[in-house]
Amino acid sequence: MELTRRTLLKASGLSVGASLAGILGFDPKPALARVRELKIARAKAVKSICPYCSVSCGVLIYSLTDGAANVKPRVIHVEGDPDNPVNRGTLCPKGATIKDFINSPRRITKPLYRAPGAKEWQEITWDEAIEKMAKLIKDTRDRTFIEKDADGRVVNRCESIFWLTGSVMENEAAYIWIKLGRILGLTALETQARI
Amino acid sequence: MASLATRFGRGAMTNSWEDIKNADLIFVMGGNPAENHPCGFKWAIKARQEKGAKIICVDVRYTRTAAVSDIFVQIRPGSDIAFMGGLINYVLQNKKYHEEYVRHFTNATYIVKDTYNFDPETGLFAGFDPEKKQYDRKLWDYERDENGKVKKDMSMEHPRCVFQLLKQFYSRYTPEVVEKITGVPKEKFLEVAKLVAETGAPDKSMTHLYALGWTHHSWGTQVIGSMAVLQLLLGNIGIPGGMVGALRGHSNVQGVTDLAGEGRFLHGYLRPPRPEQQTLKDHIEANTPKPWDDGSMNYWSNYSKFIVSLLKAYYGDNATPENDFAYSFLPKQDKLISWDEAVDRMFRGKMEGLVSLGVNILANTPNVNKTVKALSNLKWMVVVDVFEIEMASFWKENPEAIKTEVLLLPSALFAEKDGTKTNSGRRISWQYKAVDPPGEAKSEYWLAGRFYMKLKSLYEKEGGKFPDPILKARWPFQNPYEPTAEEILALEINGIALADLKDDKGNVVLKKGERLPSFTMLRDDGTTACGMWLYCGVFPQKGNRAKSIDLSDPSGLGIYPNFGYSWPANRRILYNRASADPTGKPWSPKKKLIWWNEKEGRWVGYDVPDIKPDLPPEYGPFIMLPEGRGRLYNFFLVDGPFPEHYEPYESPVQNVLHPKTSNNPVVRVFKSDLDLLGTPDKFPHCATSYRLTEHFHFWTKHVYGTSVLFQKMFVEIPEELAQELGIKEGDKVRITTARGSAEAYALPTKRIKPLIVNGKKVYTVGIPIHWGFEGFVKGALANLTTPYVWDPNSQTPEFKGFLCNIEKVV
Repeated sequence: MELTRRTLLKASGLSVGASLAGILGFDPKPALARVRELKIARAKAVKSICPYCSVSCGVLIYSLTDGAANVKPRVIHVEGDPDNPVNRGTLCPKGATIKDFINSPRRITKPLYRAPGAKEWQEITWDEAIEKMAKLIKDTRDRTFIEKDADGRVVNRCESIFWLTGSVMENEAAYIWIKLGRILGLTALETQARI
Repeated sequence: MASLATRFGRGAMTNSWEDIKNADLIFVMGGNPAENHPCGFKWAIKARQEKGAKIICVDVRYTRTAAVSDIFVQIRPGSDIAFMGGLINYVLQNKKYHEEYVRHFTNATYIVKDTYNFDPETGLFAGFDPEKKQYDRKLWDYERDENGKVKKDMSMEHPRCVFQLLKQFYSRYTPEVVEKITGVPKEKFLEVAKLVAETGAPDKSMTHLYALGWTHHSWGTQVIGSMAVLQLLLGNIGIPGGMVGALRGHSNVQGVTDLAGEGRFLHGYLRPPRPEQQTLKDHIEANTPKPWDDGSMNYWSNYSKFIVSLLKAYYGDNATPENDFAYSFLPKQDKLISWDEAVDRMFRGKMEGLVSLGVNILANTPNVNKTVKALSNLKWMVVVDVFEIEMASFWKENPEAIKTEVLLLPSALFAEKDGTKTNSGRRISWQYKAVDPPGEAKSEYWLAGRFYMKLKSLYEKEGGKFPDPILKARWPFQNPYEPTAEEILALEINGIALADLKDDKGNVVLKKGERLPSFTMLRDDGTTACGMWLYCGVFPQKGNRAKSIDLSDPSGLGIYPNFGYSWPANRRILYNRASADPTGKPWSPKKKLIWWNEKEGRWVGYDVPDIKPDLPPEYGPFIMLPEGRGRLYNFFLVDGPFPEHYEPYESPVQNVLHPKTSNNPVVRVFKSDLDLLGTPDKFPHCATSYRLTEHFHFWTKHVYGTSVLFQKMFVEIPEELAQELGIKEGDKVRITTARGSAEAYALPTKRIKPLIVNGKKVYTVGIPIHWGFEGFVKGALANLTTPYVWDPNSQTPEFKGFLCNIEKVV
């Protein structure tokens, strides 16, 4: 896929032109005198943290919703948080495009399963996914668990599952997954800090 | 982090991003913060604009950091320790060190046993076993008295005191030798050395910034150590604007390191029990050091409180004094299964399963061909991610042959979750959820709850091996199927009192169920539950301090004491007791931070003192080390107490200092049919990999805005080399190494010049890493080319400095 700045500009230019034409059907003076409403005027803003590097810049995420129960809020704008001392409102090219990260059409939205030797993903339900995950882990753990080592010492460990916790996870999410790894008796734990 | 922890006591950036503005000199080597940490590097620019600070950049490429530096020095990949050794030697020879700081706050005065030795001919320290490729580190210990206290010579003249050994060791690193190894002309080196040495004055400080440009070597821990040595000599640690700035990668890599995402620690740098520690008492004894010097606060003497509180957080009422606080539930490990070892075990068919949350080991691990084989040998794999990443779809290349069962589960990204993150400067801040995840994607909190409850019910129903740790785990959440971030922070990470806590006089200071205000309240009798002692205090009874957003900064030093919460105990500058002299007076009014108030008998100042507030000034500033002093000499590393120059494992030249031991003698390499290494006759050029400011690892090719900015994989080639090979900009080229090859577009550049290294002309090729076979834009995985060679202390791969060949694709 070829992506160019021009295609993006073309698309946005068209919509501005179209709306002006609509306005010009009436007396243009009051319309022109009015300041265009900010796109974030009716958005909800929350303080968040840029997911990329370890400066961990403060960002404001603006989402739009009419509050209806069946309408999902959608992120419409992200900007640097001027009230965060580390970045004081600035963002780098990566941080400035995190709206595209959140709204990426490449996001996966359903649990997927690939059977041994299969050529395709298969969509499954969360219930099926969690059942499978728990059974795979339990089966491997139960079969390969080491209660005592060669010297007869109690070790209660399982070395055959590699447990990776990503370094962009929140402290709370990371804590609970590492705790889960340890109560399973795992010793092969890793994170990107190594790499 | 193995390096700073063993030199200073804690594996973290010593100061904050904002503190860079207080520096007089910013020395960037081993990183490219202008491109990789742009909004943090702004503070270096501010230091220059507002107080005339100078910026020095030492790099193998002319980067955007170089572009804004006062001095840029180009060096050959993998020659960094030689350059640093030269700086250390310059400071020692010209007596530019901060003598009183060195005498009182470092181990310079300590006497080393006469069994220690370094042979400059062979390049080996005493005690090398060539069979096992191991050193006997006992030979490097200090000389001690009958109580285990170290013998000292305060005049620093004893021939075997650390100061004299250091001087002797680095005397070989003359400006001429530096030039021979690094390719940096002597005059240029001296220009840098002079500026660096000036910061040895008590009213000057130097900030050093590094990142993966230093960790990605087979001696990465040692090169970082060389900067720790230099900064200790100059008296730059513990003061405003003086730091070793470990610029971490991901937004919460500091937090996940602190929480022990890696198996070498438990949360908060506690040690996983070993098989020989069969009882909790054994474990506590093995991990509770005695002070090695007078005036050593020796904070790890509190180890028992931290580990018992962790066991109480994990197992609650099921951890009792009678059952050793359920100590037997924790796995006992003697072999560290780090990244290198784990992937190698997968490769050898010694692992069955893998669970990955937000990691892409296929793209991240050196030698992709080996990783593909390793993943193919797994029975099953669970990948939790927001995109279909390379690791999850590795089987598509050969689906019939690959039997690995794969689950790919859609997760929430940062904007869709609450929680805290810890930035490079150790500041913990709250991130508020903005929106729900798309479709059926779920947060890791939801998944953890559902998974745990399912697992528990399976063990209840079916039984299984050693079910107790699973069935008896503490899971104190209102909805056990979906713990909230705030619950985990409050009840597990910060922790609570499990009984009324009383002070010495019997007064109740904290009621049962209340949240702990500080790790100084932790007990080893089972009355406190805290899974992460280091963060205890982030969420006291009065409220969640990660959410505090007060922008006031009374000292003007950029401390912002009430914005977020910095571990430990909200200290913003680590080791800040060292900002005052041995009597407790600030070294200089310009660098005033904390000081001893004689009348009150306590430390006071702008920052939270990094020492018990009423401990008199005789106590050393490095409270996490049994010495209480910073380590110029460090026998805790497996490859030597002083950093020595060794060539990268694949190098275009022999080691000038000792050709007999050209590489790190205890480097971690593996021996399989895919662990291939190249020699300069077949692969004549140096190569290094790096990131671009517009991309982040392998995620941003799934993001429209960043994909537009850099679409095609390219490699940077010195103009002269491109000319020799007839390669023009935009030509397709193939980079080949002993492991494999990658095709990319050529970008001939002036930014990487050829260097003359020991009389030989050396070219360096640059490989940006951001592409792969999944995304809006695609390209080769850069790690097809990189070697499976690892630092023996940190188990970090050698991505910076390996051998390649390059040719035009016709």
